[in-house]
Amino acid sequence: MALTQATRKKLVTLALVGPAGLWLGLFLVLPFIAMVVFSFGRRAPEGGYQAAFTFEQFANLGSRAAAFANTLMLAPVGALACLLIAYPVAYYLAVKAAPRHRLLLVSLVVVPFWTSLLVRTYAWMYLLGARGIPHLLELIGIENVRLINTPMAVLLGIVYGYLPLMIMPIYVSLEKLDRRLLEASADLGAKPVSTFFGITLPLSLPGVMTGLALVTILLLGEYLIPQLLGGGKVFFIGNALVDLFLQSRNWPFGSAIAVTLVVVVVIVLTIAMRIAWRFAGTRQVDLV
Amino acid sequence: MASALPNDIEFRSVTKAYGAVTAVRDINLAIPKGSFLALLGPSGCGKTTCLRMIGGFEQPSEGKILIDGREMNGVPAYRRPVNMVFQHYALFPHFNVEQNVAYGLRQMRPRISETEITRRVAEALSMVRLDGFAKRRTHEMSGGQQQRVALARAIVNRPAVLLLDEPLAALDKKLRSAMQIELQTLQRELGITFVLVTHDQEEALSMADQVCVMSAGRIRQIGSPQAVYDRPADLFVADFVGKINRFSAVLDADRLTARLADGRALSLGTARDLAPGRIELALRPEAIRLEKADGEHPLSGIVTHRIFLGSGVEYAVQVEGFGDFLVTSDRSSGETGLAAPGDAVSLTFGPAAIHAFHASEDA
Repeated sequence: MALTQATRKKLVTLALVGPAGLWLGLFLVLPFIAMVVFSFGRRAPEGGYQAAFTFEQFANLGSRAAAFANTLMLAPVGALACLLIAYPVAYYLAVKAAPRHRLLLVSLVVVPFWTSLLVRTYAWMYLLGARGIPHLLELIGIENVRLINTPMAVLLGIVYGYLPLMIMPIYVSLEKLDRRLLEASADLGAKPVSTFFGITLPLSLPGVMTGLALVTILLLGEYLIPQLLGGGKVFFIGNALVDLFLQSRNWPFGSAIAVTLVVVVVIVLTIAMRIAWRFAGTRQVDLV
Repeated sequence: MASALPNDIEFRSVTKAYGAVTAVRDINLAIPKGSFLALLGPSGCGKTTCLRMIGGFEQPSEGKILIDGREMNGVPAYRRPVNMVFQHYALFPHFNVEQNVAYGLRQMRPRISETEITRRVAEALSMVRLDGFAKRRTHEMSGGQQQRVALARAIVNRPAVLLLDEPLAALDKKLRSAMQIELQTLQRELGITFVLVTHDQEEALSMADQVCVMSAGRIRQIGSPQAVYDRPADLFVADFVGKINRFSAVLDADRLTARLADGRALSLGTARDLAPGRIELALRPEAIRLEKADGEHPLSGIVTHRIFLGSGVEYAVQVEGFGDFLVTSDRSSGETGLAAPGDAVSLTFGPAAIHAFHASEDA
């Protein structure tokens, strides 16, 4: 009964943060530390990890340059492609759509999530494969079109799979945009285009940055889409990691690649958020 | 904006309907150049709709609106020579004070030079006494300061008409009275027409030189604050602008004498322009004086409450058969000590203080 106010407060905080902290500590922080340790080690002759302190795994990163190049190119490009398609949709949903239809339309955006991405990507594999769209094109005389196992196929799969994740944060930021600001802009003589670029777009930047960060982060670790639509030709870091850990059992090299990826992501995100803060003038950028 | 036309804004038979709901019904209104007009009325009376139609945010369903003689139907907000101070200021959160104020100037075509923009922004900020605040972020400022930024942003474009939508509603009482004086000063300095929307009768009376009282989408009365207060056109205006005590009576055929419910006669002083029969009478609280009950005056009662207001005293007097009457007296009139709760008093007033209206009038 002698608990002081301060102690009680600390206990409540502990009870609230404890479970999540414990979970993250055990399954995120500890494995990450293990990964960093592994990345400085050597591959044991029979596969796995042998303790050492060497930079040779990092020196060898160049041998997976293609995976890095594909990932670091297609992830941001895919995210940007999602943005270009998602912004008009989100704008329509938040600003132009009749309020009574809004809920239905927004739900439609989420509907694809009701089936697994694996199944839907598999469907694309068929559509883009020899018996899909190329076959139809042959019927009208356009021959030798190759779609599957190209970067375009991977990009298409990315946009298809991740579009809803881009639409939602932009929709949210546009939806809470104060309409009076748009009226004030018009009142001060700004034409609709000027109002869009001067007010609407800057104020929806937090949503745009959230969407970009979310999609880019998920894409950097993407495995499924390149595997199914890229074949062995367009592979991401995720595919390289699966190879290294499960096939060649080169854990230290896999760890070095994973650590490098994490570092790259942190650097990219920090820069992106700095830019977003500068433009939006607030620190209300979600996610980071 | 100099032109020979006498009016800045004209409403010609303007009606605005949203589906089945008519917000504004057949409004005719002329706002002379350089005047300070207040649209006054309870919420939902259509005053904000009128303002938004001038601003270009709503289009009339019927009728025309003219600004400086030019018909404005179909002209978008960004092409109108008016600027608005929005109710909650609507300052751009991603801009600082200077950028907010410069926003309108940057929209002008042909473009104005940066030096000219800087000069005019500084001028506008100094007019609202915000020198030195140029680099501040707006959310770091108090409500009163934000209000001034909104004002500066609206006047920097030198509009023909400044529209103010409940500009003082979010400020505390002391700041509100200070801003009332400042707005009046600003209007005189700029010499442009101000149109103010408010539900606060005190605000309308103290700032405007023309008050337009609205209810249910119609104009009830337009006139100087004094005219609206002293000679309300109907019971609604009398009730909404200031406080009144109302009671019914029957007007004699001579239209000079009103018979109260208990049969006593009350002289109205002059013949009123009303049909004999049931009428409603109204008295302002400050037009009534309390005297010791003497049985000669038609209205007598018991003081039930005495409320000290600082500058004066407010009494509630229960008059048998008529209900509660509100009576206010100035401290300087030396009556403050006169009545106490429980005292029997007579209500005395001059016949000129009696407002008489048709009984059918809704209020």
